[in-house]
Amino acid sequence: MSDIAERVKKIVVEHLGVEAAQVKEDAKFIDDLGADSLDTVELVMAFEEEFGIEIPDDAAEKIQTVGDAIGFIKGNAKS
Amino acid sequence: MFDLSGKTALVTGATGGIGGAIARALHAQGATVALAGTRADALDQLKTALGERAHAIAARMDDPADIERLAKEAEAAMGKIDILVNNAGITRDNISMRMKDEEWEKVLQVNLTGTFKLTRAVMRGMMKRRLGRVINITSIVGVTGNPGQANYAAAKAGLIGMSKSLAQELASRGITVNCIAPGFIATPMTDVLTEEQRKTILTRVPAGRLGTSEEIAAGVVYLSSDEAAYVTGQTLHINGGMAMI
Repeated sequence: MSDIAERVKKIVVEHLGVEAAQVKEDAKFIDDLGADSLDTVELVMAFEEEFGIEIPDDAAEKIQTVGDAIGFIKGNAKS
Repeated sequence: MFDLSGKTALVTGATGGIGGAIARALHAQGATVALAGTRADALDQLKTALGERAHAIAARMDDPADIERLAKEAEAAMGKIDILVNNAGITRDNISMRMKDEEWEKVLQVNLTGTFKLTRAVMRGMMKRRLGRVINITSIVGVTGNPGQANYAAAKAGLIGMSKSLAQELASRGITVNCIAPGFIATPMTDVLTEEQRKTILTRVPAGRLGTSEEIAAGVVYLSSDEAAYVTGQTLHINGGMAMI
């Protein structure tokens, strides 16, 4: 399952253009990683694609940190 | 200039006078087009007339499930949607004192809410590809008002405000959102006017004639093009000088 964390971090690094070292589990997308609100929507879209899952809007709104994303995907991923 | 080869466009209200001209113009510039409308037979006729690079999808803009399906089917048929032309619109004219709730609601639902929902459904793919053109067909009456059209004018004015907001949200993703506001255009909708009514209208048009659907379509081609990448949140008025805003 740690594979999921690595895949999530890779997406965040690629999408936001940040250093891998910055992408800690408690890092907030907007406050710590410089994402804007549209970036967070796109990250969710990228997670959905990577893991073949659907992230509903109310769940997406709660995903604010890298750890939130990993947690949600671990609970819902098929692949 | 304004070459649309390899581009794909979804045009709603494609069986109407202006919608049909828009679809033909985009197609003539090389785009693949998906024609959406409520009348399946008329859609098929236009599709057949265009030949290759054309798809017909019957859908209702007052049905949220149908709007979702339209976006999915258009994307499936063409592989992607680069250009969305929200042209579908209806009128239910009445002076406000006599306007029924359903006349108000229907016009807002189709012309404004339906347009928002379809745009939202199509936006996702445009965001991913960092490329998109959304062109909303509004109306001169959305800016000037018109007696008997409080519902239609409100919906059309709403499209302008919506477009400006979307334009700001999406500019960083290479997506432009603009409006075209036609004045009086010769279509089946204006063919029913009496000679008297026509004359009265033309006294307000400096160009002294009705516009053509092709003149509206030319504006759509421009706003759809790569050359118009720096134009967003704008309303292009095509009205023979009837209102200069």
